Amino acid sequence: MSGTAQIDPVPATAGATPAPVIEERRHAAPAGGPWAWARLNLFGSWWSTAVTLGLGALIVLWGVRLVEWAFINAVWSVPYNASGQPQTAACQEARGVGACWAIITDKYRLILFGRYPYEEQWRPAICIALFIGLYVVSAMRRFWRRELVLIWLVTLAVIGLLMWGGVLGLAFVPQDSWGGLPITLILATFGLAFSFPLSILVALGRRSTKLPAVKLLCVLYVELIRGVPLISLLFMASVMFPLFMPEGVNIDKVLRAQIAIILFAAAYLAEVVRGGLQALPKGQYEAADALGLTYWQKTGKIVLPQALRLVIPPLVNTFIGFFKDTSLVLIIGIFDLLLSGKIALSEPAWQSFSTEIYIVLAVIYFAFCFAMSKYSRGLERELGRATRR
Amino acid sequence: MSQSQTAERRARPFPPEAPAIVLDHVNKWYGTMHVLRDVSMNVAQKERVVVCGPSGSGKSTMIRCINRLEIHQEGRIVVDGTELSDDLRALDTIRREVGMVFQSFNLFPHLTILQNLTLAPIWVRKMPKAEAEELAMNYLRRVKIPEQANKYPGQLSGGQQQRVAIARALCMKPKIMLFDEPTSALDPEMIKEVLDTMIELAESGMTMVCVTHEMGFARRVADRVVFMDRGEIVESGTPERMFEHPETDRLKGFLSQILRGH
Repeated sequence: MSGTAQIDPVPATAGATPAPVIEERRHAAPAGGPWAWARLNLFGSWWSTAVTLGLGALIVLWGVRLVEWAFINAVWSVPYNASGQPQTAACQEARGVGACWAIITDKYRLILFGRYPYEEQWRPAICIALFIGLYVVSAMRRFWRRELVLIWLVTLAVIGLLMWGGVLGLAFVPQDSWGGLPITLILATFGLAFSFPLSILVALGRRSTKLPAVKLLCVLYVELIRGVPLISLLFMASVMFPLFMPEGVNIDKVLRAQIAIILFAAAYLAEVVRGGLQALPKGQYEAADALGLTYWQKTGKIVLPQALRLVIPPLVNTFIGFFKDTSLVLIIGIFDLLLSGKIALSEPAWQSFSTEIYIVLAVIYFAFCFAMSKYSRGLERELGRATRR
Repeated sequence: MSQSQTAERRARPFPPEAPAIVLDHVNKWYGTMHVLRDVSMNVAQKERVVVCGPSGSGKSTMIRCINRLEIHQEGRIVVDGTELSDDLRALDTIRREVGMVFQSFNLFPHLTILQNLTLAPIWVRKMPKAEAEELAMNYLRRVKIPEQANKYPGQLSGGQQQRVAIARALCMKPKIMLFDEPTSALDPEMIKEVLDTMIELAESGMTMVCVTHEMGFARRVADRVVFMDRGEIVESGTPERMFEHPETDRLKGFLSQILRGH
C-alpha cells in the first residue's frame, strides 16, 4: 500500500512548493504511530484514498474467497466403497468453490514415502525426523565441534540402516522402492554436504598461482559443468554413464543422480566461494604469510572463516536453489517428493485435484527453504556482531 | 635517552662478518617498470635502519622483498644466514625469524586480540595454548593494552590496533622486525603511542628495518638512515649526517619537502 502512497504526493504537491510537505512528513512520522502513518501515506488525498480502498476491497475479497475455498467449503474426507475405492462425488461437487483436502488425507503417505512398503513406512518417517534433527543440531553453534562430524556419520548410518533394512529383523527394501520426502532430503543433504567442501577446493584451486595445472583443471570443471543444464547432466548420469561402465558393474540410479547433483552444485558454489576469496583484503593474506603460517593454516584459520562469512547470503541462495532443483530427478524416474505427488494424482478418482497436491508440496518445500533463509539471516547477524565496529 | 647514551650507541661496532640481512645487487621489475635498481645493503645484527624516500621510491617493495611478500628477480637476499629462494623450507625458516608490521595493521578481524597473538605461536611454533596465551599477555602488557585482550580488532582505535600488530609479530620471538610505514595510516594523536612502543623495542636490542617518514623517530633510534628514490639507494649514513649535511640534491629536496609538510 505504501507503494501507491509514495506516488501520490507528486501530483498533489506539483503546483505548490514542495518544502512544506517534506516538513510535514518529518514531523508527522514520529508523532502518531500507525494511524498517523496511514492517514499520511494511505489517505493523503482523494486519489490515494480511492486506490487504498479499491485495493483493500480486492484483498478482502480474495482473502474471503481463499478462506472459503481452503476451509469453509473444503471437503476433508470422502467415503470409501466396499473395495476400498474413494467415492469422490462430494469433491467433484465442491470443485471451484471448495478444496478437496480428502486427496491429501487419502494419499499423504504415498506423497511422503513414495512406493516404500506400506507396513514399513514408519522407517522413512523416522528418517525424516532424523534428518530434521540433524539440521537442527548442525545449526546450533554450540555443536560446531569435531563431534559434529561423528554425529553426522552416525545419523547417516542409522538412516541408511533404516531405509535399506535387511538386518536386525528389518525387511530389506531395495532402493527402487524408496520415494517421497526421504529421497528429496537424501539428495539435498548429501548433495550439499559433499558439494560444499568440493566447491571450496575448486575455488581455492582456481585461484592458485603456483599450480597452473590445478588451476586449469578447476576452470575447466566449473565452466564445463556450469555450461550445461542440470537435466542434461542427470540424463547423462542415468543413461550414458552405464554405457561406459564395464560389464556387470552397476551403480544404482539414485547414487548416479546424487553424484550429478554434487558435481553440478559444486561448480556453482565454487564461484560463490571464489567471490568471497576475492573480496578478502590482500593484507590478510600477507599478514598470515608474514607470520609464517603454511598455506593450509592460512586458508583454514584466516581466509575461509572470513571469506565464507562474506558470502553467506549468496551461499544460502544457492543452497535453497539446489534444494528445489533436486526435484528435477523426477525426469529420470526417481521418486522424489514431486514425482510422488504426481503419482498420487494418477489414480482416476483423484485426477482433477492437482491444485491441492501442489499446494501441499509447495508448503513442504517452503518450510525447508524458509527455515534455511531465516537461519542464514540469524547467522549473519550473530557472526557479524563480533567484528562490527 | 641522554646525549651520552646516544653517542655510545652510535659508537657501538657492528660485526661485519655476520649481518642479519644482506641485499646484494637486487633488481625487481613490475612488467617493464624497474622498481628496484641494483639495491645493495647490509643490516648488521641489532642494527636499526630507517628507510625513507618519496612515495613510489621502492622502499616498501624493498622491505617486502626481505620476507618475500614480493619476489625479486635478480640478485641475492640473505636473511639470518638463509638465502631467499623458491625453496619453501628456507622461506618458512625466514618468516619465523622475521616479524612484520604493516601500514594498515592487517589484524585478523574475526579473531579476538588474544587469538590474533596466539595464532602463530600455536600453529607455527607448536606452542601449547596456555603458554602461548601467557606469552601473548606479556606482550600485550608491554604494549600497554592487556585489558583489550578479549575484544575484537574492530573495537580498538588505530593506535591500539597497530600496537597489537607489533605485539602479534613479537609473539613469534623474531630476530628481525620489519616496519612498513607503521604510522602512516594513523591519526596524528595516535602516532606517538605507536612510536613509543617502537622506541622501547629498539632500545631492547631488536634488529629493525623501518620504512617511515617520522624523522624524530629516526634521529632517536636509527643507527643508519637509508634514502631511496626511484628504486635505488641514493644516500645513507647516520641520522645526524643525513639530516644535517645531506650530500645529494635528491635528499636535500626530499628533506625540504618533509619539513614543509610538518
